[in-house]
Amino acid sequence: MGGVVLSGLQKSFGDVRAVDDVDVSIAAGETVALLGPNGAGKSTTIDMLLGLQKPDAGTVTVFDKTPSAAVDAGSIGAMLQTGALIRDLTVRELVTMIASLYPKPMPVDDVLDLVHLRDVADRRTQKLSGGETQRTRFAIAIVSDPELLVLDEPTVAMDVEARRTFWASMREFAARGKTVLFATHYLEEADDYADRAVLMAHGRVVADGPTTEIKAMVGSRTIRATLPGVSPDDLSSLPGVQHVERRGEAVVLSCSDSDAAIRALLGRFADARDIEIAGAGLEEAFVLLTGDGA
Amino acid sequence: MNWTYTRFELKRVMRSRRFVFLALGFPLVLFYAIAGPNRNVHDLGSSGLSAPLYYMVGLAAFGTMNAMMSTGARIAAERAVGWNRQLRITPLSVRAYFRAKVLTAYLMAALNLAILYAAGATLGVSLPVGRWAHMTAFILIGLIPFAAIGILFGHLLTPDSIGPTLGGSTALFAFLGGVWFPITSGGLHDIAEALPSYWLVEAAHIGIGGSGWGTRGWLVMAAWTVGAALLAGRAYRRDTRRV
Repeated sequence: MGGVVLSGLQKSFGDVRAVDDVDVSIAAGETVALLGPNGAGKSTTIDMLLGLQKPDAGTVTVFDKTPSAAVDAGSIGAMLQTGALIRDLTVRELVTMIASLYPKPMPVDDVLDLVHLRDVADRRTQKLSGGETQRTRFAIAIVSDPELLVLDEPTVAMDVEARRTFWASMREFAARGKTVLFATHYLEEADDYADRAVLMAHGRVVADGPTTEIKAMVGSRTIRATLPGVSPDDLSSLPGVQHVERRGEAVVLSCSDSDAAIRALLGRFADARDIEIAGAGLEEAFVLLTGDGA
Repeated sequence: MNWTYTRFELKRVMRSRRFVFLALGFPLVLFYAIAGPNRNVHDLGSSGLSAPLYYMVGLAAFGTMNAMMSTGARIAAERAVGWNRQLRITPLSVRAYFRAKVLTAYLMAALNLAILYAAGATLGVSLPVGRWAHMTAFILIGLIPFAAIGILFGHLLTPDSIGPTLGGSTALFAFLGGVWFPITSGGLHDIAEALPSYWLVEAAHIGIGGSGWGTRGWLVMAAWTVGAALLAGRAYRRDTRRV
């Protein structure tokens, strides 16, 4: 019961509304991706979830507790977006030091095994590679054996191999029935590792649903063609077309199935020319969803 | 009480070789530079005091004050890498955090004293055990406000700005407090008597025949301790933003 509930969250910095009326509920055991471009309000939302910043309005409950009570109980572990490690301790010492702060920590060796740090356990933190540093930060996040694991863009600056290892460890940990929320701006990570994705832009939640739905929504392609004198209504009835926009003589079709759409378009309107088909990236998808420039 | 956290903090400071070397080495070099050439002066400024003794007690105040406040530089560096925010999402209490920081500062200060006493002995300084213990006890008490000031600076300033701030404030504290030469009268003396460094130097001067603090000294030290500790607590609580 309980899970994580963010309700009516708001936070402004000066005139900038970083987070604007965000409602998100996460059931216990769920893995949710918080997806959005830079500046969407993901990190500020996470800060409020962890109790690092106070919301201007709205509430956060984590397993029916306030964030600070949940932190004290050892129910939250987090890997913050920016952050390095303090110097002059070995990996094992640093993880032991953090473990000592919690009521029921995992055995340090188990944690080191889980994140594949056994080999470098006796190395000082300032001598670690980038990937090893991130894995140590991950070890610190999970050593309390938290119910909720929060990861803020954990794989930024990791190479492909490091990413794969990292997510494998995350999955292994999550498989113990943990609730996970991770922020990312990679659609593939959300698709591969989350049950559900929450999309944020301009401080608001613009979509919230199973990753397959979100992927269909933001993984669309656009077809652009010069095609004067055809009404948008005729075009929007074409198969695979979701949205039509006319820009002077050109039309822009946002498609869920661009293959079907282009066949139908050329079949019905043989005089369409200057055709371009482009994959809509996340940024474009947000523009589409929010109806303005991101 | 959780001592594991404190134990690793102490370990960490001792492994930080450059920090230890500079914090302990600087007062030592100053001592030999100033007292060395005057090692045979036995009646400094017709005070009846030997030059090595006078400079040893002065540098004991200066070196320990420096060591206490330099905790702030370590805190600023930890904040800059986001470690402070990482600690906030653990159950570590403010009390336990401050205790670890104060104890590491005291470890450095105690080493500083030991080294300066040993250096003094090499230049022929000797003190009766009772006087030596009296002086040491007062110096250790007199360092409390500097621990609070160091922690306060650490949570307010960035690694860029903390160096000049610590350098400037310790120099000013030392000068007005009378580390280098006594300030005995006038407006500067009135200001000096309101500073913790003045009373720290008075504590060190027990070694040259001083009597420690009267009521005024205790009051000034208590006021600085309470004031700086409250501000440091406040700075710590507000300090959860991304730096």
